[in-house]
Amino acid sequence: MSRNSGGGSLMTVLDSKIPDGPIADKWNNHKFSVKLVNPNNKRKFEVIVVGSGLAGASAAASLSELGYKVKVFTFHDSPRRAHSIAAQGGINGAKNYTNDGDSVHRLFYDTVKGGDYRSREANVHRLAEESVNIIDQAAAQGVPFAREYGGLLDNRSFGGAQVSRTFYARGQTGQQLLLGAYQALAKQVAAGSVELHTRTEMLDVVLKDGRACGIVTRNLVTGQVQSHSAHAVVLATGGYGNVYYLSTNAMACNVTAAWRAHKKGAFFANPCYTQIHPTCIPASDEFQSKLTLMSESLRNDGRIWVPDGFDDSRSPNEIPESERDYYLERKYPSFGNLVPRDVASRNAKTVVDQGKGVGPLKNGVFLDFQAAVERDGEDLVRSKYGNLFDMYERITGENPYKVPMRIYPATHYTMGGVWVDYNLMTSIPGCYAIGEANFSDHGANRLGASALMQGLADGYFVLPYTIGDDLAGRLGDAPISTNDPVFTQAEADVQGQTDRFLSTGGTRSVDWFHRELGHLVWDYIGMERTKEGLEKALSEIPALEEEFWKNVCVPGSGTNLNSSLEKAGRVADFFGLAKLMAKDALDREESCGGHFRAEHQTEDGEAQRDDENFAHVAAWEWNGPDSTQTRHKEELAFDNVALTQRSYK
Amino acid sequence: MSNELDLKLKIWRQEGPAVDGKFETYDANGISEDMSFLEMLDVVNDNLITTGEVPIEFDHDCREGICGTCSLMINGQAHGHEKATTTCQLHMRKFNDGETITVEPFRARAFPVVKDLVVDRSAFDRIIEAGGYISVNTGAASDANLTPVPKEASDTSFDAAACIGCGACVAACPNSAAQLFTSAKLGHLNLIPQGQAQRFARTENMVETMESFFGSCTNHGECHEACPKEISLDFIAFMNRDYVKAKVKNRKLAGQK
Ligand SMILES: Cc1cc2nc3c(=O)[nH]c(=O)nc-3n(C[C@H](O)[C@H](O)[C@H](O)COP(=O)(O)OP(=O)(O)OC[C@H]3O[C@@H](n4cnc5c(N)ncnc54)[C@H](O)[C@@H]3O)c2cc1C
Ligand code: SF4
Ligand code: FES
Repeated sequence: MSRNSGGGSLMTVLDSKIPDGPIADKWNNHKFSVKLVNPNNKRKFEVIVVGSGLAGASAAASLSELGYKVKVFTFHDSPRRAHSIAAQGGINGAKNYTNDGDSVHRLFYDTVKGGDYRSREANVHRLAEESVNIIDQAAAQGVPFAREYGGLLDNRSFGGAQVSRTFYARGQTGQQLLLGAYQALAKQVAAGSVELHTRTEMLDVVLKDGRACGIVTRNLVTGQVQSHSAHAVVLATGGYGNVYYLSTNAMACNVTAAWRAHKKGAFFANPCYTQIHPTCIPASDEFQSKLTLMSESLRNDGRIWVPDGFDDSRSPNEIPESERDYYLERKYPSFGNLVPRDVASRNAKTVVDQGKGVGPLKNGVFLDFQAAVERDGEDLVRSKYGNLFDMYERITGENPYKVPMRIYPATHYTMGGVWVDYNLMTSIPGCYAIGEANFSDHGANRLGASALMQGLADGYFVLPYTIGDDLAGRLGDAPISTNDPVFTQAEADVQGQTDRFLSTGGTRSVDWFHRELGHLVWDYIGMERTKEGLEKALSEIPALEEEFWKNVCVPGSGTNLNSSLEKAGRVADFFGLAKLMAKDALDREESCGGHFRAEHQTEDGEAQRDDENFAHVAAWEWNGPDSTQTRHKEELAFDNVALTQRSYK
Repeated sequence: MSNELDLKLKIWRQEGPAVDGKFETYDANGISEDMSFLEMLDVVNDNLITTGEVPIEFDHDCREGICGTCSLMINGQAHGHEKATTTCQLHMRKFNDGETITVEPFRARAFPVVKDLVVDRSAFDRIIEAGGYISVNTGAASDANLTPVPKEASDTSFDAAACIGCGACVAACPNSAAQLFTSAKLGHLNLIPQGQAQRFARTENMVETMESFFGSCTNHGECHEACPKEISLDFIAFMNRDYVKAKVKNRKLAGQK
């Protein structure tokens, strides 16, 4: 299964290590064939887990239960605060409790198709297999999933799926699953087998003889820079949606851990695959700091429209039916308001760009519940969406029972990430990436309720097996001393960057640069990309980056809490990432999933793939700060799911 | 355009845990009423930074009312005056033009100030580590539907599980007690079948760890008033009952050894 690279360095081979055999047997066979570490020997291995979201907390707890010595690092003040906490809708599991025809194979099939045929079949099948175990594990931990009157678990259909396979916990599925994983982690901390470092940011991966041997961190409260060595390093550091500045991600989400690993040799895969969610509350002013997601379920009953005329500033209730354009219902008569996320998002952009946007900044479209209230009564609407309507009113000051909501798409999730093989190992031996931080399972588009599933599958059920394969051969190897020059050099580099920021003495805040960068990324590498726009991005981003290094202002000191300083390092890495996103988007001369190149669309305005030339993963290799990255290809084979063109007419 | 407010802010500044802090006054002018409270502070900070001053540190992350990170005393009230709302979800339209707003950290002996408005709430993690979990190792679970959970128990357990661990209950309590937080976790786990095996040991360990950090409860009920998730005081009563039972049970078990 190993593939040669396309570009310059023919030395590098991207070996995905996909096991042989029929798709349904690959994972089982692999579990049997991976090397095992004897239970008594596990305690001789130290594993660093960076990140304590769903992926990191579940991995750390499971690895330490197996006997490994685990150290966990998070920049949050507690593992319970990771961004995973904010997921609302639910988690998929192919339990078929509803007897409506779901199966592991169907979840596999839907996920490959939903990813627009740009994911690895073998990984997705494994994910579908493990999905059922996640539900069992979480329920046993006490995660309060919704239940029916008989006390059994309830399911719903989510994000356009034709079966009900989504388990949910009110609107707080992420919180409840994270608390389950956090509590499992707390149990291991109490048992003395996990060492927990909070408010500690990883700022470098350290390699010795080409292999990951540890990390360098900065204590955010004291500023102390420190090295930690281990036999393996796991990055569970989340997604990079905040490169857009405004997104539905938590404020602290960033790419730094992944990016620093990239600069040490981890290939970065498909950075241009980002997902835009159609139903978020539009920005209200330039100081908007983040965007709030309104659950997709609202599209089941809300009707989306804009005024027919341009720049119409009448209040929505004064605009007669005959002057409204229910554009999704008009263009997609069979799916209407329920078209997939990317289709709904792009259409909203089209009408807003035409000058038909609504709201004070003309940056939204209406999501109208008038018809639902008239048909079903306000009480029924309240029973379905009461919480969401309250949240909307709290943020906007408008009452959606009376006035249509205003919504607009926002960045939500990043399918791209650190390249990993089937064992979840990056191209740095001994360094792994799990959860949203890796690129693995969602192809070019993620289906609703499958990110939680992937993070937990990676952490609870995949990594704990696959990590042994590599460690088993390393018995007797002592961890590298943190006095080794590889560590002291990395520490000096980290300290050097800190000192540089504090002494730049410029005139603009880090946030200012982040906002400007976000505008560029949103305009040129957002919902719709063109060759021209991407080329502009590639000239404008470096100019802004240059200005950043000269003119950023980071007041305060490096020896106590300094959030400007933390953010400066993160924004610096977002610049590098943004350039790579543009390059990746430019080279991918096709449209697929969340990557829409205006030049490549069907007559209906649908994404048009080019399977002949682009059914591959693009994995980028760092070549130093002064050269561009090399693009490697991992060809994707579709032996079990036939490639088709979507149509929602 | 939305309305704008001119405000005066009295904000607690403190360099670190070991030094004294004091209030500083700042003007916040032209604040849009559509901003959240934290976005208003972002604007103040942006101005401070561009004039070379050190910005005000405050904790926040999701800005959606779910992560429990934000934590400000606003005019003497934890998370401000709007009911069932975290600081990040409080919007400026709830304030008046010309108003002076006092902003302080969540204060409690067990929550030392890290810097300015940021406090250390890791004592909450210690309480969870003392027993706030169900011991089921990965892979050991049986099929989820083998353990039906009566819907009522499940719903009540969920009401408790909704706690976001923000610490407003402690900040609002005249005794800095953490009964509401601790009882919320005990209510979550002790009400459902999966949590029964460890129920009494869990209760005893968590309550005693709580007492080692926090003050005692004298039934003021301020915690519930401040709680953004409206966790019910009934969970405290439930915890107290379980604690008494735990004392009896655990002693009995000890006697049988
Ligand atoms: C609003 C919203 C709703 C969503 N709803 C759903 C849903 O309904 N269903 C679904 O399946 N998915 C949903 N998602 C997606 C899903 O929540 C995320 O993809 C997933 O939780 C990511 O988990 P993670 O463990 O990979 O990363 P995260 O939860 O982001 O955790 C990252 C961790 O890494 C740490 N970290 C990062 N960098 C460093 C560093 N340099 N040093 C130290 N620590 C570091 C952080 O402290 C944190 O602990 C939603 C996302 C959003 C934004
Ligand atoms: S009980 Fe309420 S106030 Fe206390 S930590 Fe939980 S959510 Fe916050
Ligand atoms: S910032 Fe997350 S609850 Fe306020």
